[in-house]
Amino acid sequence: MAARGGLLGLVLLLLVGAVPRGLGLYFHLGETERRCFIEEIPDETMVIGNYRTQLYDKQREDYMPATPGLGMFVEVKDPDDKVILSRQYGSEGRFTFTSHTPGEHQICLHSNSTKFSLFAGGMLRVHLDIQVGEHANDYAEIAAKDKLSELQLRVRQLIEQVEQIQKEQNYQRWREERFRQTSESTNQRVLWWSIVQTLILVAIGVWQMRHLKSFFEAKKLV
Amino acid sequence: MEPGRPAAAGMGGRALCWLLCLLQAGRAGGAELTFELPESARQCFHEPLQRGLKFTLDFQVITGGHYDVDCYVEDPNGKTLYKEAKKQYDSFSHRAEVAGVYTFCFSNEFSTFSHKTVYFDFQVGDEPPILPDMSHRVTALTQMESACVTIHEALNTVIDSQTHYRLREAQDRSRAEELNHHVSYWSVGETVLLLVVSVTQVMLLKSFFTETRATTGAVST
Repeated sequence: MAARGGLLGLVLLLLVGAVPRGLGLYFHLGETERRCFIEEIPDETMVIGNYRTQLYDKQREDYMPATPGLGMFVEVKDPDDKVILSRQYGSEGRFTFTSHTPGEHQICLHSNSTKFSLFAGGMLRVHLDIQVGEHANDYAEIAAKDKLSELQLRVRQLIEQVEQIQKEQNYQRWREERFRQTSESTNQRVLWWSIVQTLILVAIGVWQMRHLKSFFEAKKLV
Repeated sequence: MEPGRPAAAGMGGRALCWLLCLLQAGRAGGAELTFELPESARQCFHEPLQRGLKFTLDFQVITGGHYDVDCYVEDPNGKTLYKEAKKQYDSFSHRAEVAGVYTFCFSNEFSTFSHKTVYFDFQVGDEPPILPDMSHRVTALTQMESACVTIHEALNTVIDSQTHYRLREAQDRSRAEELNHHVSYWSVGETVLLLVVSVTQVMLLKSFFTETRATTGAVST
């Protein structure tokens, strides 16, 4: 009897332990509302997103885990506005993608509910956690797979962090070049516009005088 | 299995689950998100916290309008812990005195036509160890392990600094691109305006003299 209770407790402990950390933060989402998040990341960076939804239950006057029929539509766009992930997940889901071009990736979530009755005028509570780069690594898994000791695992974490720093620095260099191009383009445009404006003014002035002179001569006023 | 057993196991299990869920909620971690805030909109985020946990909220506006946003933080009892209007970036730290759900909101309600992109970093407590066993350690760390911890903390500082620079760069780049667009539109607009005004001037002047001529003609006869 005690053993069964103990076993159940252990199973529950493992199950709850398996819930990814960081799913504490939540926000409310309307039925047709679409919420977008932006991740500016270098290339070859893995992003893992976990979400959990809860629906307001009027009877219990609390948020309960959503019915299995209610899912979330997840869409991820790369910096060139190309869709790299477009999938529907259940009421609880985990999505992963790796960036192939550096820049701003857009992660959009909206519920797939089409029936008004599902929401009953309430809101959907969405718990969300997005881990990027080195934070997305599961070190327990890495330790088990490569059979690393604790010290070796710590060093592995340092290596991953340094690699992430290197990628970010390369990305910084690329971005700075784009920024410089924009600034130089603005500089060119301002210079070009000042010259053209002067020429236009002079030309218009000349045209005005000539036109009016010929007009007055025709009217025999000059 | 007797009928009574599953019920008892279920109740005990549920209580254990609830307790562990609460512990999970109080465990350290955090969220770092960049989201779009439409004009005249307000978006709120909530986080359940245990008593005594220290949390820090950093936020920065990356694109849009005058790069400012209203922000406020409330504790579970509705008391306002932090409230600032039209801030470009700020950092707020607080130790949770009450256990429950803390709310922080960003408001763009004062703006009618510029949507903003806001970055926030909500850090709770200390960083959790990479292996759960590490938190149950009884002996002191060896020199190698201490060195690893020092390097790890230094690298965390580097990564935070990189994030800070990335956000500033994104903001500056957004302003530069906006300037570029404004210059383009203004040059085209001013060319058109210039041409329209000069042609109108000439035509108006001509019309003055045409009327006077007709009036003079009418008077003389």
